[in-house]
Amino acid sequence: MLVGKKGWAGIKVTVFLLSLLPFGLLVNDGINDQLGANPIETLHFGFGDWALRFLCMGLALTPIKIITGQSWPMRFRRMIGLFVFFYASLHLLIFIAFDLSLSWEAFKDEVPKSPYILMGLLTYSLLIPLAVTSTKNMQKRLGRNWIKLHRLVYIAGLTALIHYFWLVKADYTEPLIYAAVISILLAIRIVVHCRKTRKLSLRDRSRVVISSDRACVSTEHSVVKMQVLRHCVESLRNSAAYPLLLGMQRVKQDGWGRRKH
Amino acid sequence: MLIKTKVNILSSEITDRTVFESRREFIKAAAAFSAGLMLPSLGQAETGKYADVPVGPYSAKLAVTDREDVAGYTNYYEFSTNKKDSTVLARTLTTQPWSVEVVGEAEKPGVYNLEDILKDNPVEERIYRFRCVEAWSMVVPWIGFPLGDMLKRFKPTSKAKFVEFTTFYNPEIMVGQRSGVLDWPYVEGLRIDEAMHPLAMMATGMYGDELPKQNGAPLRLIVPWKYGFKSIKAIVKIRFMENMPETAWHKNAPAENGFYANVNPEVPHPRWSQSRERVLGSSIFTLKRDTEKFNGYGAEVVGLYSGMDLKRYF
Repeated sequence: MLVGKKGWAGIKVTVFLLSLLPFGLLVNDGINDQLGANPIETLHFGFGDWALRFLCMGLALTPIKIITGQSWPMRFRRMIGLFVFFYASLHLLIFIAFDLSLSWEAFKDEVPKSPYILMGLLTYSLLIPLAVTSTKNMQKRLGRNWIKLHRLVYIAGLTALIHYFWLVKADYTEPLIYAAVISILLAIRIVVHCRKTRKLSLRDRSRVVISSDRACVSTEHSVVKMQVLRHCVESLRNSAAYPLLLGMQRVKQDGWGRRKH
Repeated sequence: MLIKTKVNILSSEITDRTVFESRREFIKAAAAFSAGLMLPSLGQAETGKYADVPVGPYSAKLAVTDREDVAGYTNYYEFSTNKKDSTVLARTLTTQPWSVEVVGEAEKPGVYNLEDILKDNPVEERIYRFRCVEAWSMVVPWIGFPLGDMLKRFKPTSKAKFVEFTTFYNPEIMVGQRSGVLDWPYVEGLRIDEAMHPLAMMATGMYGDELPKQNGAPLRLIVPWKYGFKSIKAIVKIRFMENMPETAWHKNAPAENGFYANVNPEVPHPRWSQSRERVLGSSIFTLKRDTEKFNGYGAEVVGLYSGMDLKRYF
C-alpha cells in the first residue's frame, strides 16, 4: 500500500463520517418531521437495521482478507465494531426512552412478555464487553484472551438474527437476507478453520507415506481433501446457521415475492 | 358556602363517546387539530364526495388522527409488508366497477353491484378508535353504513351462524399476493351476532371523501372493538356459514391470532404486551396510551361475550 500515515488518517476520518451518515439522516428527518406516522418506530428500526449492517460489515473484514489477501480493511475493524455498538445503543435508547418513556412499570410489564426483546437485550449485553475492551491498551493487557473474548461477536451475530426473526409477524425476507450474509461470513471462517486443522494432520500422515512410497502421497492427498470437504459441509450443517439457510430455501420454493414473476 | 354545581356525574357523561357533534364542528375541531402541521388534507374533506354526510350514532368526540398518517401507514400485505410501500403500490387497484358476491346460508345470494348496495345503505360518518395488533392506534372518521343493515337485506337463514369476508385476489395487481407471506386470498370472519352489532360497519370512505386505495377501497369492514386485522379490505365476497370460517391470520399463526381478536390489554400477544398502544401522529415524547378492553367499546359489546373465557377465546 502506498498510503502514508497521514493518508490513512484521512481515510479513517472519511470512513468515520460516512458511518455517522445514517445517524445524521435520521436525526435530520426527525427535525424536519419526516419520520412518518410512527416516528419512534422509524428511529428504533432505523438504528437497529444499521447496527446489524455494521455487524455484517465487521464480520466481512476477515473473509475479505482470506479471499483477496488484502489486509488493509482490517484497519477499520475497531471503528466498525464500535459503530455496531453505537447504533445498537441508540436502538436500545430509543426503546427505553421513548417507547417505554423511561417507565420502570412499562419495562416490567412489556419486557418479560416479549422473547424477542429479551433476545435483543442479550445481544446488547454481549456487545458491552467487546466495546469496553476495544482499546489498544485493553487488547495488550488481555493478550490471547482478547481474541477469545471477541469471538463473542459471532454469538452476538446469531442472537441478533434470532431477535430479528422473533419480532417479525409473517414476512421473513429481510431477516433471511441478513441470515444469509452472516451465515456465509461465518461459514468462510469455519472452512478455513477446518482446513488449518486438517492440514496439520495431513502433514503428519504424508511424512509417513513419503518414506514408504512417493506415489501414494497424491492418492492420500486427494482422500484427505475429500475428508476435509465433507467435514466442512458437516460442520456447516451442524452450525446454528444451517436451519436458517434451509428455511430460506423453503421460502424460495414457496416463492417469496417481488423477485419471482 | 360551597356551591355544588354538578351532582353525581356518571363516568359515561364525561367520556367522549356520548357527546355527538355536528359535521361542521368536527371539521373545525379537526382543522384546529391539524393547523400546526399545515396539512391541507382536512380542508379537502369539505369538498370531498362525502363532505356533507350526517354523523351517525356511536361516533366519538375524539382528537382525529391526521389523514396523512392514516393514509400513509397501512398494513396491506396484498401489496407489501412495508406500511409505506403499500400506500404507493395500491394505486394500481381499479375499484370501479366493483361487485360483491353473496353466497352461502342466505335467501338472497347473488352478485351485487357496489352502486346498488350503496343505494340501499345510506352512509354516515363515525369517528372510531382503530387499534392494531402491533400495539399502535389511531382515530379515524370513517364513512360508511352499519354492516348488519346490509347483511339483513341478503336474508341470512337460521343456519347462518358466521359470516366470512374475502378480499379481492389478483397477483397481477396485488403484487404482495405473489409472495407466500399469507395464504391468499385474505379471509376474515365474524360470528353473526357480532356482524349484526350496530357498531360493526362497512366503510366506503374516510375524512369526508372516498377511501384511499391503501385503506381498503372501495369497501372494507370496520369492527372497532377488534384488532385491525379483522377489518378486512377490498371485499369481493360475503359468505354466510354454519361453521366458523378459517381466517387468514389465524391460519398463519393460530397460537398468536385468534378468531375473535378482541382488543384486550389483559391478554398479551405471545410475543409482546398489549397493555399499551402508541397513538399515531403523536410526538416522540408522548406516553403510550393504556389500551382499553374492547378498545373502549366494552359497554356496547361485552354482552356478546358473556360467559366466555376471553383468555381462551382470544
